[in-house]
Amino acid sequence: MFTALLIEQLLNGLQLGLMLFLMAAGLTLIFGVMGLINLAHGSLYMIGAFACATVAAATGSFWIGLIASLTAAAGVGAIIEVAVIRRLYDRDHLDQVLATFALILILSEGSRWLFGSFPLYLDIPPVLQGAVPLPGGGQYQLYRLAIIGVGIAVAAGLYMLISKTRLGMRIRAGESDREMIGALGVDIGTLYTVVFALGAALAGLAGALVGALQSVQVGMGEPVLILAFVVIVIGGIGSIKGALVGAVIVGVVDTMGRFLLPSLLALTMPASQATTIGAALASMLIYVVMALILAFRPSGLFAAQS
Amino acid sequence: MNRETTINLLLAALLLGAPLLATAIGEPFYVTLATRVAVLALAAVGLNFALGLGGLLSFGHAAFFGLGGYVAGIIATHAFNAEPLFAGIPATTSMPLIWVTAIVVAGIAALPIGAISLRTTGVYFIMITLAFAQMIYYFAISWPAYGGEDGLSMSMRNAFPGVNTAKPLPYFLICYAALIATLLFFRVVEGSRFGSALQAARQNGTRLAAVGIAPFNIRLVAFVVSAMITGFAGALYADLNRFVGPSMLSWHMSGELMVLIILGGKGRLFGPVAGAMIFVFLEYVLGGITERWQFFLGLILLGIVLFARGGLLGLLSGKPRHV
Repeated sequence: MFTALLIEQLLNGLQLGLMLFLMAAGLTLIFGVMGLINLAHGSLYMIGAFACATVAAATGSFWIGLIASLTAAAGVGAIIEVAVIRRLYDRDHLDQVLATFALILILSEGSRWLFGSFPLYLDIPPVLQGAVPLPGGGQYQLYRLAIIGVGIAVAAGLYMLISKTRLGMRIRAGESDREMIGALGVDIGTLYTVVFALGAALAGLAGALVGALQSVQVGMGEPVLILAFVVIVIGGIGSIKGALVGAVIVGVVDTMGRFLLPSLLALTMPASQATTIGAALASMLIYVVMALILAFRPSGLFAAQS
Repeated sequence: MNRETTINLLLAALLLGAPLLATAIGEPFYVTLATRVAVLALAAVGLNFALGLGGLLSFGHAAFFGLGGYVAGIIATHAFNAEPLFAGIPATTSMPLIWVTAIVVAGIAALPIGAISLRTTGVYFIMITLAFAQMIYYFAISWPAYGGEDGLSMSMRNAFPGVNTAKPLPYFLICYAALIATLLFFRVVEGSRFGSALQAARQNGTRLAAVGIAPFNIRLVAFVVSAMITGFAGALYADLNRFVGPSMLSWHMSGELMVLIILGGKGRLFGPVAGAMIFVFLEYVLGGITERWQFFLGLILLGIVLFARGGLLGLLSGKPRHV
C-alpha cells in the first residue's frame, strides 16, 4: 500500500513539475532572448485558464476551450509586448519589475471586472476522465498523466523548435548577440513579439490544464509565478534544459516533502504536532533547496553563458 | 538651499500639519491616514537604503516588514495573556523594547538572507530575495500558533512611556518622529565614508574592490541595516492596525514598497515620503470612487515607469544631485 502511495505522490510531483516547466520555459526564454524579467507571466497563466473555462462553458467542449486559451494568452501577450514590454528591453531590472507589477494589477483587476470575483469551474474532458491502475495497487487519475504527457511533448517540441528550425536559430542568435542579427536583416522587433507570444501561449496552456484540477480565479497565477521563478533560478536563467530539470526538482521535492515530512517527524514527536510542524517545514522546503543550490552554484545548475 | 531641500521641508511640514489640522477640526480618520503614510514611508526609507543607495533590488523586504510586525504582535499577545515569551523571559507592552526586538530580529533574519542572496547579482538577486520572503510567508501561513492564515489581532496598542498611544494624534507623532529620525540617519549615512563606499559599490563594484574595499561586506551591512529599518516600520504598522497577518509578508507588500520609492523618486532622501503620500492618497481617493482602484493604480504606475522616470521629486526638483 505504501509503495502505491509513494508512486502516486511521485507522479503528482512530476505532474506539478511539468506544469511548472510550461510556465518556466516561457519565463526563461523571454529572459534569455530579451533580457526581460516578466512578473506578468502569472497573469497570462490566469488568462489562459479563464479563456478555457469561459469558452468550454459556452461551447461544451474542453478542446475548443484549450485552443481558445492558447489564442487568448498568445494574443494578450502580443498586445502587451507591443504596447508596453518593448519599451522595457533597454531599461534596468527595477523598471521592468515595476512595469510588469503594474501589468499584474491591471490584468488582475481587469479580469475581476470581466468575470467577477467568483471562481469558475472547468470539467475534465470525458476522454480523460477515469483512472489507470498503478503497479503495487491503487489508481492514478488519467488526466494528471495526460498533463505529464503534454509537458514532455512540449519539452520535446521546444527542443526541436530551438535546435532544428529557422525560428529557433534566430532565437539562439538573439540570445547571443541581438545587434548582430539585427544587422544581418532579421526583423528583431517581430522576433521579440513572437518569442513573447510563444512564452505567453505556454503559460496559457499551463493555466488551462490546471484549471480543470482546481478552480479558476483571479490571483491563481501568482503562487505559480513564484514557483516558476524558483525553478528558473535553480535551473539557471535562460536555459530551457535548466528549466526542465529545475521544474522536476521543485515539483517532486515540494510534493514529497508535504507527503513524507509529517510522517518522518511523527517518529520523534506526537502525531498532531508532527502534522503541523511537518506542514510548515514542507512549505519552506523548496526555498531551502534553492538556497542550498545557490550557495554552491550562484547562477543555477545549467547557467547559460553570459 | 536648493530646490529639492525646500521641497523636502515642505513635504515634512505637510505631513506634520495635515493631522494637526485634522485633529483641530475633529476628523481623526485623516490622522490615521497620515500615520499610515508615515509608517509606509519609514518602511520604504529602509528599502531605499538598499535600493537607492546600494542599487540592491530586494524584492523581499516584506519579509522584514512582516517579521517586525509579528514581533510586535507576538510579544503583545504574550503580554496580554501574561505568559512568558520563552525560557521565562517576560513579555512586555513597552514600545521601545518591542521596537528594539523587532529591529534585532529583522537584522538577524537579514544576515543569512543577505549573505546568500548577495552571492548573486541582477535578476537572480531579485528572485532570491523574493523566494526567501515567500519562504517566511508560507511558514507564517502554515504555523498555527500565531494565527496562521488568519493573522493575529492585538487587543490594544502597546504603551509608550508618557504618551497615550490609543489616541490617533499621539501615535501619529511617535511614528512621525521615528520617520524624521530615520531620515536624518539616512542623510548622515549617505554622506559618511560608508555611504560613499556603498554608492561606489552600486556604480562600480570592481573599482571599489580595486581601491581595497570589499563590495560584498559593504552591501551586506547595507542590506542588514535596510532590513532593520523596515522591521522597525513593521512593528509600528502592527501597532497602527492592532493587527498583524501574513499579508504583511506577501510579495505584494514587497512590490508596494518598491512602488513607493519609484512614485516618489529613487535614491532621493524624501522619495519614499512623497511616494507614500501619493500611494495612500490614490488608495483613499480612487478607493472611494471605485472598488477597482488597483486597476487605475496599475495604469498610473505604468505611466510613471514608462514616461516619468524620476518620480514626483524628479518632476518637482529636477535632476538628482549625483548626476
